Amino acid sequence: MTLNNIWVFAQVANGAPTSATLELLTKARSLSSDVTAIIGGDGASAAALGEFGATKVYAINHGATLPGVAIAAALKSVIDGGDTPDLIMFPQNYEGRDVMSRLSVKLDKTVITNNIDITDGGNGVTVVTPIFGGNTLVETTFTGAGPFLAAFRPKSFVAESAGGAAAAVTAVAVPDLGAAGAAQVTAVHVEETTGPKLDEADIVVSGGRGLGEASNYALIEDLAKLLKGAPGASRAIVDAGWVPYSYQVGQTGKVVKPTIYLAAGISGATQHMVGMKGSKNIIAINKDKEAPIFGVADLGIVGDVHKVLPKLIEALKARG
Amino acid sequence: MEVMNVIVCVKQIPDPAAPGALDGATNTLKRDGKLILDDSDAYGVEMALQLVDKAGGGEVSLVSMAPNGETSGLRTALAMGAAKGVLVSDPALQGSDALTTAKILAAAITRLGGADLIIGATESSDGYTGTVPEQIAELLGLPSVTFAKKVSVEGGVLKVDRQTENGYDEVTCALPALISVTAGVVEPRYPSFKGIMAAKSKPVEEVTASDLGITPVGWAGAGQKISNITQAEARQAGEIIEDDGETFTKIVGFLENLKVI
Repeated sequence: MTLNNIWVFAQVANGAPTSATLELLTKARSLSSDVTAIIGGDGASAAALGEFGATKVYAINHGATLPGVAIAAALKSVIDGGDTPDLIMFPQNYEGRDVMSRLSVKLDKTVITNNIDITDGGNGVTVVTPIFGGNTLVETTFTGAGPFLAAFRPKSFVAESAGGAAAAVTAVAVPDLGAAGAAQVTAVHVEETTGPKLDEADIVVSGGRGLGEASNYALIEDLAKLLKGAPGASRAIVDAGWVPYSYQVGQTGKVVKPTIYLAAGISGATQHMVGMKGSKNIIAINKDKEAPIFGVADLGIVGDVHKVLPKLIEALKARG
Repeated sequence: MEVMNVIVCVKQIPDPAAPGALDGATNTLKRDGKLILDDSDAYGVEMALQLVDKAGGGEVSLVSMAPNGETSGLRTALAMGAAKGVLVSDPALQGSDALTTAKILAAAITRLGGADLIIGATESSDGYTGTVPEQIAELLGLPSVTFAKKVSVEGGVLKVDRQTENGYDEVTCALPALISVTAGVVEPRYPSFKGIMAAKSKPVEEVTASDLGITPVGWAGAGQKISNITQAEARQAGEIIEDDGETFTKIVGFLENLKVI
């Protein structure tokens, strides 16, 4: 089939579309000239969304109701009203997953998540999903009729401005959700971070279980600061409560592709590797020479992070 | 609340410590060996046990789906303290997509008479599609709070700290409801010897997809087909050296070469 009408689930942070949104819009407009952005709230970002290829915006103000249930219900009403997309692209994150899950039930359509690419060829619409830590790529073709629902990992595509005009905004009301709409946000907490953002930093220094205890994470922060990079973490130490979730690199955390990724005391579980193996250069320090992280490292130090890191920090400080 | 009944959706998966493999004939993940309780689900089971305990009454039930009648993962959850389970087991389930899985589990939940709270994990450790809990909520017409990192029930109202990209939201919700919990939300208990012995005699009802009135399942119901499998270009390992106390200079040199210092 040929994809004509494509929708992109867009998100705004600090008043501007997120990088994942711009990546998806860029890919969408390479597949079709008819691209609609779906956005929670109002259409204030229509100019930026249009610049990257959206020609139309559906703005859905869901108030304090969690977006998944509300936006899915609003989109179903649009589809019932006669505007049926061939494909809906979602970012692989919390909101994206919630909206697509709810919508998949309403439309009785399958979902394919964790994708890194999509093609529209003679044999149908096919998405590419990495498995086993990215060593194997699975190509899956949608069967039957659309809308096809697919979620894409961050940084799968490179965002490029199309120089497009502001998109036309249509507000879509949220239908009565009944009991399903009972979950309400009562307070929003933002964890303050300083320095570059983890998923945008040119250098990322991450720590894992090998640090031994929470207080040793200070070594990671010191090193990150000296290199003007961002500190990151493995899932193990996030689960253990050493650092907030926003530090997590991996399948369920941030995907990073910095110039340099330094992994200290991280063994390299599949979960983690999926989030960092796209880094241009990888340095790993780990006691266990069999650790999988050494399989992807450009420079691997088999040693104790407690010995190597302080010396490295001292040497960098000495350089001024 | 004096009585609180909780149903936990659990997945039995191949041991993650063993390398994953694809079935050459169907290109699905091999799930034929011994299956264990997905670690991600142990958090939900523990959360359920704590909530029922705090309420002062009620029980924790389990629903699971497996193609081959496997119950060893369910027994682990029963040994932790869950009271009973429903296992949907049917060779026709092989190849089911996430939506079909959600339909099966939603029907199993209905068969148990529903519950005040349904708990799932944010995603499984083997397939990690990450949509099933929210799909179950939609199928059952329930409100849902996904990515819960802190959960309590006060005066019959669910209170959740929900993980967001850059912090967390406080969310309240009337019951009945569904939540998906993140790893680390609670510390799962180890089953006691007594628990393991008791689990052997706890009831697990085994039903088929058609018992639940669900067709089609497996490949026939999937809406997708695997069209190709390729190996990604492997990243070449670089220089690996044993630390002799001076290897930090290697790192400094590496950073210098890349002009970042």
